[in-house]
Amino acid sequence: MSEKGKEPSEKKVEVCYIARVEGQGTINVEVTSSGDANAQFAVFEPIRLFEAFLVGRKYHEAHELTSRICGICPIAHQITALRAIENALKVEVTPQTRALRRLLALSGWIQSHALSLYFLTAPDYLGFDGAISMASKYGDAVKQGLRLKKLGNDLSETVGGRAVHPISAVVGGFTKAPVKEELTRIRERLKNEKDDIWRTVDLFSDFDYPEIARKTELVAISSDSEYAVNEGRLRSIGGIDSPEHDYRIHVKEREVGYSNTKSSLINGNDFLVGPIARVSLNHQKLTPDAKKAANRLGLDLPCHDPFANIKARVVELVYSLDESMRIIDMLRLDFSEQPIRVEVGTPCEGAALTEAPRGLLYHGYKLDRSGVVQQADIVPPTAHNSTSIEASLRALAPKLLKEGQDLTFGCEKLVRAYDPCISCSVHVTRVD
Amino acid sequence: MSSKTKPRVAVYKFTGCAGCQMELLRLEDELLEIVGKVDVVYFMMAQNRDELERYDLCFVEGSVSTPRELEEIKVIRSRTKTLIALGDCAITGCVPSIRNWIPQSDVERRVYKDTLPLRSFKTSGIWEYVPVDLMLPGCPPHKNMILEAIESSLLGISPDLRSHAVCVECKLRENVCILTSLGKLCMGPVTRAGCGAICPTYGRECEGCYGPMSDANPTALASEFKKLGIGADDLVRKFRKYAGTSKEFKEVAGI
Repeated sequence: MSEKGKEPSEKKVEVCYIARVEGQGTINVEVTSSGDANAQFAVFEPIRLFEAFLVGRKYHEAHELTSRICGICPIAHQITALRAIENALKVEVTPQTRALRRLLALSGWIQSHALSLYFLTAPDYLGFDGAISMASKYGDAVKQGLRLKKLGNDLSETVGGRAVHPISAVVGGFTKAPVKEELTRIRERLKNEKDDIWRTVDLFSDFDYPEIARKTELVAISSDSEYAVNEGRLRSIGGIDSPEHDYRIHVKEREVGYSNTKSSLINGNDFLVGPIARVSLNHQKLTPDAKKAANRLGLDLPCHDPFANIKARVVELVYSLDESMRIIDMLRLDFSEQPIRVEVGTPCEGAALTEAPRGLLYHGYKLDRSGVVQQADIVPPTAHNSTSIEASLRALAPKLLKEGQDLTFGCEKLVRAYDPCISCSVHVTRVD
Repeated sequence: MSSKTKPRVAVYKFTGCAGCQMELLRLEDELLEIVGKVDVVYFMMAQNRDELERYDLCFVEGSVSTPRELEEIKVIRSRTKTLIALGDCAITGCVPSIRNWIPQSDVERRVYKDTLPLRSFKTSGIWEYVPVDLMLPGCPPHKNMILEAIESSLLGISPDLRSHAVCVECKLRENVCILTSLGKLCMGPVTRAGCGAICPTYGRECEGCYGPMSDANPTALASEFKKLGIGADDLVRKFRKYAGTSKEFKEVAGI
């Protein structure tokens, strides 16, 4: 890109491998002398072609296989695949299954948000290269982060049988309900961490975050009955309000030659998914303490700034602890309950939207009469956000230069605020 | 122990899902103690440091599926004393190896319209390209197995890894055999132990996510499955999942 004859005031940033994010991505930013910026968020994570090898597999394997798209959010992929397949086969699960799936998804949020906040984000604002070196000065904070992460993992294990790639959630329900005594012990730990969570709120209120004033479309699923996690309508600040199966009417994709991730657009524009989009759209459904945390963090809603994702993650951590306790308290487990029997026999198709820790996640499947997958269509949060990341880099870079700040570090911080999951983003759908 | 004599540890990710690194990070109770005893010099997911030096212990998660990775694994090997394949992708290619049975160009065209910029080939374990000192199977390998590898490396002894079938762990948990008494198509008899037989304990069949045990007899299990009425396509799907291209399974996983 370095051509002759350009103005000397031009600045360029190339980060060849962004640290403290999941997967392998690069940033290329160029600010011209006139103050305009070009930006590329390129993914060099090798492609894995899940949507190709899912073709020919059975309907009951979709969640097991797509779990392997991501080791950080396997639960989100499992639940989305299960719901998409159940929508295709017209299976309605029991209230117990819905409650356990919500608890399982929230355990994934706790684990993922704790990891993102304490281990991927905090080192940027406390001046360390990672949590390991941070532990010498901020030992208590690192320990609290580890405890929260472990709590999320242990809750996943209690409900799903295993933390990374759970095993008991299947089409139609769960193969086995969680052990009561284990849930009681986890309930105790959720309470202890909740009592301690205000230290997290204060830690992340104190940081000096960069700001991006740019307005953008915020998109999430939303429900009138609860803070949407696994089920809801596709909604946006700009006025979209559609059932989940209409997703493809709104969200279009295109391939970009420099990246293995396709980019998603709504009405030809970028949009933002993830914690700040959810909190902006659904804050009325938060618990009183989560609302209190949002106030203490100074979140002004709706908020379009991707850096506010960090504060929104703290708010959702508070919410997830509260909501997990509420679910455990109201569960009246029927241990004899078995997964609902599924009938195949006619070709069908189904889709589902859920909220992965990083934002909106879409799975769609076409099945033949034997229940064999004919087509799979998967769009993870980071594919939704990839165009937004580039637009935000274009807005941030000239500002950093004007303020005399470190351009590279600033751009890296921005990408980490999105908490991109790059493994997830690599393999998107065929465009006909 | 001064930091100069601490073993230098690196964690690399190739083509995979980061789940094995997540399992490593699940050693929450032991992590702070471990990082006191070793020097973590390369771990991109966790820290912003990249020191191109020699590694005493190097974990590689993921398979080799691009020309860049093929070059990189050779460089890593040349710098590393003990190279560890962390998880199924680094050993068998895991579930993405399902695509190895389909021509690469067909697979790519199913997902991308413009396949020209893609640089990808069949997905294989790292041992197919360089010698590997230790393989930790599983999708993901249980954190205790990872801890065993780290501890034994610190002590300079060989790790005690299981090579027997999941069935042994299942018996130790006093589970009723779901294959013989319930007729469920359980992969336990040919699958390596290490998970604690969690799937049968949760009332479902083992899917084989730790890959083949030593001396596995997949042909015998396949004929048991046939007696239970499995169709030819489903039999192939069973074996062509986590380790379909392994030397143990590839015959049954073929057609």
